[in-house]
Amino acid sequence: MVDEILTIVLDGAIYASWLFIVALGLTFVFGVLKILNIAHGGIYALGAYSTATLVPIFYSLGMPEQLVILAMLVSALAVAIVITPIMERGILRRFYGQDEVLIVLVTYAIYLVLEDVQKLIWGMNSLYVSEPRELLGALEFGSLYYVGYDLALIGLAIFCGLFLWFVLNKTQSGKIVLAVIHNPEISGCMGVNINKVYLAAFFIGAFLAALAGSFTAPLISVQVGISVAVVIESFAVVIIGGLGSIPGAVIGALIIGMARAACVHKLPEAEIFIMYFCMAGMLIFKPKGLFQGAQARKI
Amino acid sequence: MSEKLYNNLLFQSIFLMSFLILVGLLIPNWLVFVITKAIAYGLVGLGIITLMRGGLVSFGQGFVFGIGGYTAGLLGTQAGLTDAMLLLFVSFLFTGLVGLIIAPLLARYRDIFFAMLSLAFSMVLYGILIKIDAIGGSDGFVLPESTYFGIKPSSEYADYILYVVAIIMTGFISILLRYYYDSTPGLIALAVRENELRVEYLGSSAFNVAVLNFTIAAGLGGMGGALNGIALGHIDPEFTYWTTSGEFVFISILAGYLSVPAVFLAALLLELVRSFSGRYFPDTWQLILGLFLILSIIFIPSGIGSFFKQFFDRLKKSK
Repeated sequence: MVDEILTIVLDGAIYASWLFIVALGLTFVFGVLKILNIAHGGIYALGAYSTATLVPIFYSLGMPEQLVILAMLVSALAVAIVITPIMERGILRRFYGQDEVLIVLVTYAIYLVLEDVQKLIWGMNSLYVSEPRELLGALEFGSLYYVGYDLALIGLAIFCGLFLWFVLNKTQSGKIVLAVIHNPEISGCMGVNINKVYLAAFFIGAFLAALAGSFTAPLISVQVGISVAVVIESFAVVIIGGLGSIPGAVIGALIIGMARAACVHKLPEAEIFIMYFCMAGMLIFKPKGLFQGAQARKI
Repeated sequence: MSEKLYNNLLFQSIFLMSFLILVGLLIPNWLVFVITKAIAYGLVGLGIITLMRGGLVSFGQGFVFGIGGYTAGLLGTQAGLTDAMLLLFVSFLFTGLVGLIIAPLLARYRDIFFAMLSLAFSMVLYGILIKIDAIGGSDGFVLPESTYFGIKPSSEYADYILYVVAIIMTGFISILLRYYYDSTPGLIALAVRENELRVEYLGSSAFNVAVLNFTIAAGLGGMGGALNGIALGHIDPEFTYWTTSGEFVFISILAGYLSVPAVFLAALLLELVRSFSGRYFPDTWQLILGLFLILSIIFIPSGIGSFFKQFFDRLKKSK
């Protein structure tokens, strides 16, 4: 019994941390740019693919094993550096200030393009990079064994969340971003370069998506179609937490992570739709999510 | 003046319908099939247009599309009902009823929240459908061949007859919708789109407008789903998946909310791009579809319908 609860909690926490890293980028981009980015899932997949390419190269160069984490970070960074100018400067900038739903459709189109770009670059075959997962060994909890790497994901998620929170609330550039979130027009009048803030925010969002992909790559077989589920799952998280809210993303990820882990162990039939169910339920009772403040209406 | 315009509209529509029915005899069978599918998608798009006139966009029309498809499919396999026209009509009514039941829940929300809640509904349905093995789970099931007034057409004409039925039923629905759009409740929807609060101050209910429009959209989506299922001869949970819903939103954005025929043109464009790129670039059809989407949103932001409107306005002026 205790074992079972512990399993559910640990599985849930691992799943929630993975979800949190993806959703954090999504919710941050929405907060600053007011764009609900469907292509976020595509960037996630690119991160996974680039890690699956870079890590074998890294090993073939004979680098020390412990530094493989560095290779994974570099691959995520590379994806963000390539994708941000194309997406934000090239396409999305044309649509700022337009209807949110129209922009969702634009990101859906970009998502479709990214799907095929993955196929064109990496082909249809599955890629495997399980080596990094063996790096941290295994840990024992009572009678349960957990792979150290999986548990390290929880640490990574906490680090990402705290880091972003710290930057936003405790540094000058973070406060500028908060000002832009609050009112882009007035921030612009006060001398803030809004375009730069948008670019930076999108870069951070893309990096977080790619990072989640990079660190998930060792856990899965990297193949066509890994992005499609991520899109809706991360949507569910940010909808539950409230669009644009970081604490909301934490709670949302925990709710979905735990609900899903509980379903896997107790009610496997419901595993697929439990998260949609949570999302629909939350929208019905608290449509703006848990952490969305009141907003003034223009008359 | 308006009396004359409507007579004119009826005449124009019947002329267009007869023209399309005749053209159907001349064009190859695959194109007949593609147009039938475009009509099915266009019906769902028409539903979204109806919502868009009231300022709402649903990102979950896969929900009603799926319900319509499964209604027609289950009536066909379980109840032995194979008359295509009856199936389309029953799906329209049933899905409209489902829409009426959930509309009050959805009608309280606006913008992205409306889009997301409708998306959530469609994904819950998807999750349920792939788990019900009795109706094929994720594989779906095959529909029995459809009949018309008790007669089963030979297979070489089956596509064409469905095409004719689709054109006639859709044509009359489009005419009715045009009347609705120009009626008082239809025009209030446009006012809600402009400024909801002012409409409420003036004594109309934005909530009722949203409920009515969502119900209509649901009925149309259900009929589209049934038509798509009958045309394909097969339905599966993919009908309700979010990527399918995305295509419907694209059709309505490409068409714009001003014109009814533009919706079917947009749907046909999408179907053609999809079938051509699927045929000649099987590995990169999503890439082409995505680029097509982006370019059309950049260059025709207010939709094909805006061209139509400009054209007709100019025509009126010159008279």
